[in-house]
Amino acid sequence: MSETSVQAPPAAGAAARNGQPLLELQDVHTYYGHIHALQGISLEVHRDEIVTLIGANGAGKTTTLKAINGLLHPRHGKVLFDGRDVSHVPAHELVRAGIGQAPEGRRIFSRLTVLENLQMGGYTRSPREVAQDVERVFALFPRLRERARQNGGTLSGGEQQMLAIGRALMCRPQVLLLDEPSLGLSPILVQQIFAIIREINAQGTTILLVEQNALQALNVAHRGYVLQTGRVVLAGEAAALRQDEMVRKAYLGEI
Amino acid sequence: MQTQRSIRLPARLDGSQLPFVAAIAGSLVVAYALVGPQQFSNFLTIGAVYALIALGYTMVYGIIELINFAHGDVFMVGSFVALWILSGPLGLHGSIDNPALLAVVLVGLFLVTMLILGALGIFIERFAYRPLRNAPRLAPLITAIGVSFILQNIMQAFFGPSPVNSPQIFTLNARFDVAGASIGYLNVFIVAVAVALMIALQLFVGRTRLGRAMRSTAQDREAAELMGVDINLTIAFTFFIGSALAGAAGIVWVLYFGYAVFNQGFYAGLFAFTAAVLGGIGNTTGAALGGFVIGFLQVAAAQYGYSRWSEVAIFGVLVLVLVFRPTGLLGQQLGERA
Ligand SMILES: Nc1ncnc2c1ncn2[C@@H]1O[C@H](COP(=O)(O)OP(=O)(O)O)[C@@H](O)[C@H]1O
Ligand SMILES: [Mg+2]
Repeated sequence: MSETSVQAPPAAGAAARNGQPLLELQDVHTYYGHIHALQGISLEVHRDEIVTLIGANGAGKTTTLKAINGLLHPRHGKVLFDGRDVSHVPAHELVRAGIGQAPEGRRIFSRLTVLENLQMGGYTRSPREVAQDVERVFALFPRLRERARQNGGTLSGGEQQMLAIGRALMCRPQVLLLDEPSLGLSPILVQQIFAIIREINAQGTTILLVEQNALQALNVAHRGYVLQTGRVVLAGEAAALRQDEMVRKAYLGEI
Repeated sequence: MQTQRSIRLPARLDGSQLPFVAAIAGSLVVAYALVGPQQFSNFLTIGAVYALIALGYTMVYGIIELINFAHGDVFMVGSFVALWILSGPLGLHGSIDNPALLAVVLVGLFLVTMLILGALGIFIERFAYRPLRNAPRLAPLITAIGVSFILQNIMQAFFGPSPVNSPQIFTLNARFDVAGASIGYLNVFIVAVAVALMIALQLFVGRTRLGRAMRSTAQDREAAELMGVDINLTIAFTFFIGSALAGAAGIVWVLYFGYAVFNQGFYAGLFAFTAAVLGGIGNTTGAALGGFVIGFLQVAAAQYGYSRWSEVAIFGVLVLVLVFRPTGLLGQQLGERA
């Protein structure tokens, strides 16, 4: 892959992917008080893709996800989901629309049981659908079935991450937002989580994956965006980003 | 391998609850022996009133960490609404001797009063507290005190400053004897209603979709939002339930004591708040238990001729709890499985 395809933001790889993006950010700016956290983010996620956002701590990855899931609303710019402007739609309605998330830090309801956590994930859906999808999540994560009646807070870190992902799947999202799912997990568990991400994608869920573990993320993703202080500084096919010199230096720990 | 194929809710009534039930039954017997029949029936009523009010304090605190100081006055409004329904639209003056008619009147009274009070709770939350949801903690607290004054003044404007008598629809002094103890039918009814409401609340919070949403919101509001929970709706619903229960407490008060007065919510509210803290604020079982403990302290003080000291005793308990066990007797959060 040539340099040019890597360095043409906002969506170098998109040419190959025809049609309307499932999710699109157009020049999104957000603020925390006076802190200008996102300074014009534009990106696209197409159906059936795994797209990764990588970048150092504080680059604005989590904030980008909050602009998408409705916990923050952009002051300038637009968020389009399935062609519809959802910039100012409240978070709980976006779940119904098809955006599911396993948030940063997992945010398991620690005093609800594992089963209840999953039922909360399916809050927007009918009891019958929830019962079916609980089985689907248990098939994906057999550990969770064993722990169904335990409080979420008693699970290990890896199990909590599985629960967070399973819970996010319960709303049958069209796009699944994952914020640092590998954080704090042992290398074996990291491998497992990434294998699961592939499998979920293969079953037809589009994924936007935020990671600090850039190497792993670029291995599993189709395309990626590199964020730095609230801006997209690089975008392209994952394979090309893996070869990019700046990415290798800054994020893959090579010299 | 798969040991738990079917997912069922854990059985509630297993042997593990026997000691708890036995402890409560034992406490009741001791209470009766200590205070005698008249104060025992006062204890049951006052305990039920405090417990029902305390539930509202504890639920609202559990979900938005607000001590809703207007809650005692919501209870007071409940008494006036019940009193008004009985003497106004129903035009009752004395006791209803036909048991079937009495039952119909009581069911209607509870339904209508609790619905009106629930709506009042939603209204208060919407206009007094929601605008301050993200303000510093002190702002909603001061507002709650303001709401308390507003409710008292409105009721005073309508019903005047002195106690208003309500029709006594239960035949007074109808009692029966059990094992040498004399118990009033009204007492049995009041305790049955209070216990039924508390069980219904536990089942609702513990087992329904909306109850789960309430517990999730109490634990992590943002995460609950990401599950699709409408936070505003859930908080409004919490106020509905808490205020409806305070309304039930107001009815119980009117049925038993036969009057309502505009400032009756002040001490009742403070005592119920103490009960909630005693049981562990945020914990519904604890609030119910705390209500009966505080009720007992009050009547025991009266029985032994120290009724002027009952407030000292109750607030002394509050201070002791805050010093030695700030999380209360059962100290967990609303988020907990009951
Ligand atoms: N709640 C907040 N209040 C104020 N500033 C915040 C808040 N959350 C994040 N920030 C700031 O916004 C920037 C982006 O943060 P974040 O999106 O969390 O980064 P990342 O997820 O890439 O580590 C950082 O400078 C961070 O300090
Ligand atoms: Mg982050």
